[in-house]
Amino acid sequence: MRHILSILIENESGALSRVAGLFSARGYNIESLAVAVTEDPSLSRITLVTRGSEEIIEQITKQLNKLIDVVKLIDLAESEHIERELMMVKIKTDEHSRDEIRSLADIFRGKILDVTPTTYVVEITGPSEKLDAFVAAVASETIIEVVRSGPTGISRGEKGLHL
Amino acid sequence: MELSGAQILVQSLKDEGVEYIFGYPGGAVLHLYDAIFQQDDVKHILVRHEQGATHSADGYARATGKPGVVLVTSGPGATNAITGIATAYMDSIPMVIISGQVSLPVIGSDAFQEVDMVGISRPCVKHNFLVKDVTKLAETVKKAFYVATSGRPGPVVVDIPKDITDPNIKVPYKYPKKVTMRSYNPAVSGHKGQIKKAVELLLTAQKPVIYSGGGVILGEASAELTEFSRLLGYPITNTLMGLGAYPATDKQFIGMLGMHGSYEANMAMHESDLIIAIGARFDDRVTGKLDLFCPYAKIIHIDIDPASISKTVKVDIPIVGEVKPVLEQMISLLNDSKTKPNKKALESWWQQIDQWRAIQCLEYDRDSLLIKPQYVIEQLYEVTRGDAYVTSDVGQHQMWAAQYYRFDKPRRWINSGGLGTMGFGLPAAIGVKLAFPDADVACVTGEASIQMCIQELSTALQYKTPVKIINLNNRYMGMVRQWQEFTYESRYSHSYMDTIPEFVQLAEAYGHVGMRIDKPHEVRPALEKAFALKDRTVFLDIMTDRTENVYPMIEAGKGHHDMKLRVALGTSTDRELA
Repeated sequence: MRHILSILIENESGALSRVAGLFSARGYNIESLAVAVTEDPSLSRITLVTRGSEEIIEQITKQLNKLIDVVKLIDLAESEHIERELMMVKIKTDEHSRDEIRSLADIFRGKILDVTPTTYVVEITGPSEKLDAFVAAVASETIIEVVRSGPTGISRGEKGLHL
Repeated sequence: MELSGAQILVQSLKDEGVEYIFGYPGGAVLHLYDAIFQQDDVKHILVRHEQGATHSADGYARATGKPGVVLVTSGPGATNAITGIATAYMDSIPMVIISGQVSLPVIGSDAFQEVDMVGISRPCVKHNFLVKDVTKLAETVKKAFYVATSGRPGPVVVDIPKDITDPNIKVPYKYPKKVTMRSYNPAVSGHKGQIKKAVELLLTAQKPVIYSGGGVILGEASAELTEFSRLLGYPITNTLMGLGAYPATDKQFIGMLGMHGSYEANMAMHESDLIIAIGARFDDRVTGKLDLFCPYAKIIHIDIDPASISKTVKVDIPIVGEVKPVLEQMISLLNDSKTKPNKKALESWWQQIDQWRAIQCLEYDRDSLLIKPQYVIEQLYEVTRGDAYVTSDVGQHQMWAAQYYRFDKPRRWINSGGLGTMGFGLPAAIGVKLAFPDADVACVTGEASIQMCIQELSTALQYKTPVKIINLNNRYMGMVRQWQEFTYESRYSHSYMDTIPEFVQLAEAYGHVGMRIDKPHEVRPALEKAFALKDRTVFLDIMTDRTENVYPMIEAGKGHHDMKLRVALGTSTDRELA
């Protein structure tokens, strides 16, 4: 099953490599990884998507908690949460396709970030499946580049992952 | 007080109460060595190879419970230390390793003797630090000792760039009394409700087994384990790492368990209806094939590391906590409990165990004309009155030492259980002897293992650490040969050496006493003579039966109830060889 782990970690050099190293050393799989500093500059948040049986996810969370740099973590998949991923797609365009891509971007509530005579860059935000759907809707031969952030997530309601 | 980085490090070690540093100098640590030169409080032990430094520090830590300290230079000094760091990591031994690093401005430029020590050591340390600011050095050292010694202990590396130790840059020094880390809170006393549930379950057991490991020794809980076990009257088995936590000569002790454990311990595990695992981690050498492990038992598991619980074997009652306080709580609950252990069930359980014991799984051919390695260990036990510190290398001799030397006290049996590092024994023995100069220290080894760190014979002379090396010389890498005999139709691929040194001469060349023993009747007098030479390191090169195997054995893929026993006594090729 797919799990989305939200990890608060000391914002120190080498901290991310401890997390990545743990996954490779123990044979766990990282599907995506998004990292950025939090409102507290001494802390980073890692949002990591992985797959595995209940036992494997339990081991992953225990092993992550054992890392000295990891301050706290939760498995967002265990409760109600919101997931968002950002994607930018560079698409080859010509006179015929420009309108079609614009309306497709509208349907997906996307934004056109950059326009050249022959290309569009479209930004789409949403759950990962929505991003997949957009890519599927665009003719594949016109796609120059797809850049995705990997999902990030936050739990619903009052509770949150903080110190 | 204003000090340079080099002085800060040395002063921090002193303030931490460090007695010995095991190390080897080099370019990146020259400032540090200069600071060491100018003081006498922290004694430096100059090894002959950095692997030796780590094993000596490790042996010191295992014997004393205090952290071992290592100092190595950058590059090859650091990489040579890795095997010893990994050895300590696998057995959860507290150690602080100071490694030199190239100066901050040249890090990443492939400078001379540069290696990414933080990166290389990451998978085999509890934690590591790269010091980038001299004003943080003292605090970092304090954190390193705190992390290494608290919770589930382990090695911690502090990588120090050369410019951080610059003698010309002085900063105020203050060694923190205490450090706290928001991301690290190791001490736990165990969940009261779980402990109560566990005690209730314990008292319903008909065929219980106490299975205890190295965590009891690390957690200084031998007295509690002994009291707990006697209170219940249940059979107790120790892992290889746990030997000595419960007195091996006690009648409740049913021997070591696992691959080369006793028949009675493994059979009891297999038939048991309740296992209580205490500071043990269900290692694959203990469990055998997981699907066949303890098929009828409910399992209680006490461990300080939550990640050890239900990692390979699913447990029914997990208790995360330090062994000592958890056992104390259990003892007091047992004392207060109206329910007592089921006397009748226990009686028939012990009868069953005695039947397994009657097989005498450790019996061997005592009439052999060749020296049996088991006999040597038995004699070692008698000559040292069971009171020596015994270190070992890795292989058959390690298993025989574990099986035949009955350890009654914790911290007496010192071996590389998790990583299985050949070359561990001799440097570890030196570390032990430094900690306990008046104690008998024996290193049980083989002619293959001893050659992996034999250069430390030189260290042993320099620091006058008179250890006794019991070299069970069978002219084979015995454990490899045994597996090749059992599973590769005796194709002994590279498990022997055509050129084995004359160890007696070698020992003498290093300034020690060498003795060669060829006949069984020479063993006892030689051991007595060796231990009587109080101030000399003695190398006993004992020519043992080449064909001897370690029995009993659980072969790969089998369960505890399916042990290979010695078929019949005296069937080896003794006589032909003699």
